[in-house]
Amino acid sequence: MSNSCIPLNRLRPGSQAKISALDLSGNIRRRILDLGLVANTLVEAIGKSPSGDPTAYYIRGAVIAIRDEDASKIIVEPVE
Amino acid sequence: MGLTANSMGAALLQDDLNTIRKTDDDIVIALAGNPNVGKSTVFNELTGMNQHTGNWPGKTVASARGNYTYCDTVHIMVDLPGTYSLMASSAEEEIARNFICFGNPDITVVVVDATCLERNLNLVLQTLEITEQMIVCVNLMDEAEKKKISIDLERLSRLLGVPVIGTSARSGKGLEELKECIFRQVRQREERIPLRLAYPPEVENAIDACLPAVERVVGKQLPARWLALKLLDQNQQMSEEIEKYLSIDIGQQTALTETVEQARKGLQQKGIDAVKLRDIIVGTLVDQAEVLAHRVTSYAKRDYNATSRRIDRVITSKRYGIPIMIALLGAILWLTMTGANYPSAALSAAFGWLEEQLTVFFAWCHAPDWLYGILVQGIYRTLSWVVAVMLPPMAIFFPLFTLLEDLGYLPRVAFNLDNFFQKSHACGKQALTMCMGFGCNAAGVIGCRIIDSPRERLIAILTNNFVPCNGRFPTLITLITIFFAASSLGAFQSVTSALFLCAIIVFGVMVTLFVSKLLSRTLLRGIPTSFTLELPPYRRPQVGKIIIRSIFDRTLFVLGRAIVVSIPAGLIIWCMANVQVGGDSLLQICSGFLDPFARWIGLDGVILMAFILGFPANEIVIPIILMAYLAGGQMVEYESLASLKTILTDNGWTSVTALCTMLFSLLHFPCGTTCMTIRKETGSMKWTAAAFLIPTLMGIIVCFLVASFARLLGIG
Repeated sequence: MSNSCIPLNRLRPGSQAKISALDLSGNIRRRILDLGLVANTLVEAIGKSPSGDPTAYYIRGAVIAIRDEDASKIIVEPVE
Repeated sequence: MGLTANSMGAALLQDDLNTIRKTDDDIVIALAGNPNVGKSTVFNELTGMNQHTGNWPGKTVASARGNYTYCDTVHIMVDLPGTYSLMASSAEEEIARNFICFGNPDITVVVVDATCLERNLNLVLQTLEITEQMIVCVNLMDEAEKKKISIDLERLSRLLGVPVIGTSARSGKGLEELKECIFRQVRQREERIPLRLAYPPEVENAIDACLPAVERVVGKQLPARWLALKLLDQNQQMSEEIEKYLSIDIGQQTALTETVEQARKGLQQKGIDAVKLRDIIVGTLVDQAEVLAHRVTSYAKRDYNATSRRIDRVITSKRYGIPIMIALLGAILWLTMTGANYPSAALSAAFGWLEEQLTVFFAWCHAPDWLYGILVQGIYRTLSWVVAVMLPPMAIFFPLFTLLEDLGYLPRVAFNLDNFFQKSHACGKQALTMCMGFGCNAAGVIGCRIIDSPRERLIAILTNNFVPCNGRFPTLITLITIFFAASSLGAFQSVTSALFLCAIIVFGVMVTLFVSKLLSRTLLRGIPTSFTLELPPYRRPQVGKIIIRSIFDRTLFVLGRAIVVSIPAGLIIWCMANVQVGGDSLLQICSGFLDPFARWIGLDGVILMAFILGFPANEIVIPIILMAYLAGGQMVEYESLASLKTILTDNGWTSVTALCTMLFSLLHFPCGTTCMTIRKETGSMKWTAAAFLIPTLMGIIVCFLVASFARLLGIG
């Protein structure tokens, strides 16, 4: 894992990143995998909900909302 | 699942997965697909059923069934819940997987979204592992065309090794081909070699090692390769299903369990533990889906979801998100109340006129007083009230609400509100089940199946009743109009009414959050679990279809139910009001008994009794109150809201009584159907009792506080 890696919830809206690791377990890990969030998948943060959590992400052609709690355990590498 | 004759009331209580084939010639089709790909539209168009399709994920929560005939053969179609995967990590996935595995469908049709092919192919690949007898239906081809996405269906079919049909179900395009393909595929199957997923060599070796033992145990009843992989994946649940459906106890098959255990150890030695194996399985699926999608899809425009995103930037923004939500709710309520006034008045007048004619008729044929009383004053009046007061608002509210649903707004509501639910330690999808509750709480309770965590699902079930269903809207609207908005003038009157109703609903939402939090701290202790929520692209609603569907499907159905309940209720009330025991009518005795307690919470005995008698259906609460008052004293015709006010104030109503009645309507035990549904969904009398007691207690407390406060201030 390179130094530029950050948790997904810290990805700024409008910017993109590649998944580098999933620090999740159990059911949510399955859900996230089912949505196609495997290593090297490109994600884009779209925007936060009015109260700041959850955040909507653009993943493989669909918009998916993920709570910060979970997004903080998805490690991504921002791309330009 | 939307609100239809099949999804509300007693129909909810029937079981899903029992035998469906009537004769051996029938063709049984399993219809699978991701949430929100228009699967239910395909189902409706083929079977002619009006199952409502809303634009939000997880709507079909139980499997619906329908028939059509093609080439003189009955085709029975089973609409499975929408799922992203068949790994059975939620109740819906379990239902879908079990039906495909054990329901013996002749063929499985997987509906996919042409605009989001890559993710949808994941499910196609998983289904293909279970059954080779499948067809891929690429739906929403029209949407894809609009977004300048083109898909090479023939190539996809060649790559997958199964038939692929492109459809635009909303306009019916491609459905004839689909029917034809289903029939042909079942009757004279083309021999093709379906795509086989290639896992990394270590995993393939482990599967191969298990294959002979698996085949010995299950024979041809299940695909051996798939089952071997499931067993390696330590799928305990799978073993239970096999025992349930095939009566094979995997645990007893020592040869098999030992082989699997050994293969698993082998994997572990190569550094592949349970978590890693799961990652490899899913990773292989996702990679394959990506490769397939890239080979058959071409985009003319890169960012084809730009419009939805632009809309979302406003609709879910920090500044406008929640105000827009409340404004939309207010607007719908305002349109409903304003629009309903005129037809309501006209209907009341018509019914009043008819009553006069009936009176004349009964007098002319010298009918006995009791017969006239039962038929006209009892049944006819209750009936005409229910129709005049309920029909117009429903005929406006339902289409408007369906419009929002079709647009795809409801998932945004869940997105906007999720943080509040998270803070109450509940699930954001609860917002969606609450939206269903607006139509019918029983449907809302069933809708709670979209929530995976059992704890959060129970919370959603127990609090669903805090959203007023359409059966309670008439009570709220009537009381608001005559007690709280009457002082405003003209157009302002309806605005005031809408604001007031809006406030009541927001109060209901706050109570929901409060009780959710309370439950999370006490009976259902726990932390919020994770969930993901899809925000599907906005779609242009089909206004014509919405109007027809919501009127015939929802409005007339709900009205029908209200009428069915109001006839015996009218009869009972009239009898109670007219049967004398020791000089007092039964009604007076009962309401007199309840009166002291009822007054203590700002109501009176009659109102409280009306709520109790309204247990079968909340629609009839106001009619019962009126009938009790009218039968008890002098007869007053109630052809307008003004005369209604006179009746109520003559019987001691003040604005405090009206407020308490409204609050109690919002916060009291769920109706009979909802209670039965809760019993069925939770499988527990204890939770059903909780669902009954919690809102009732809340109602008593809130009404007591309001009444006491009013007494302190010396009003009421």
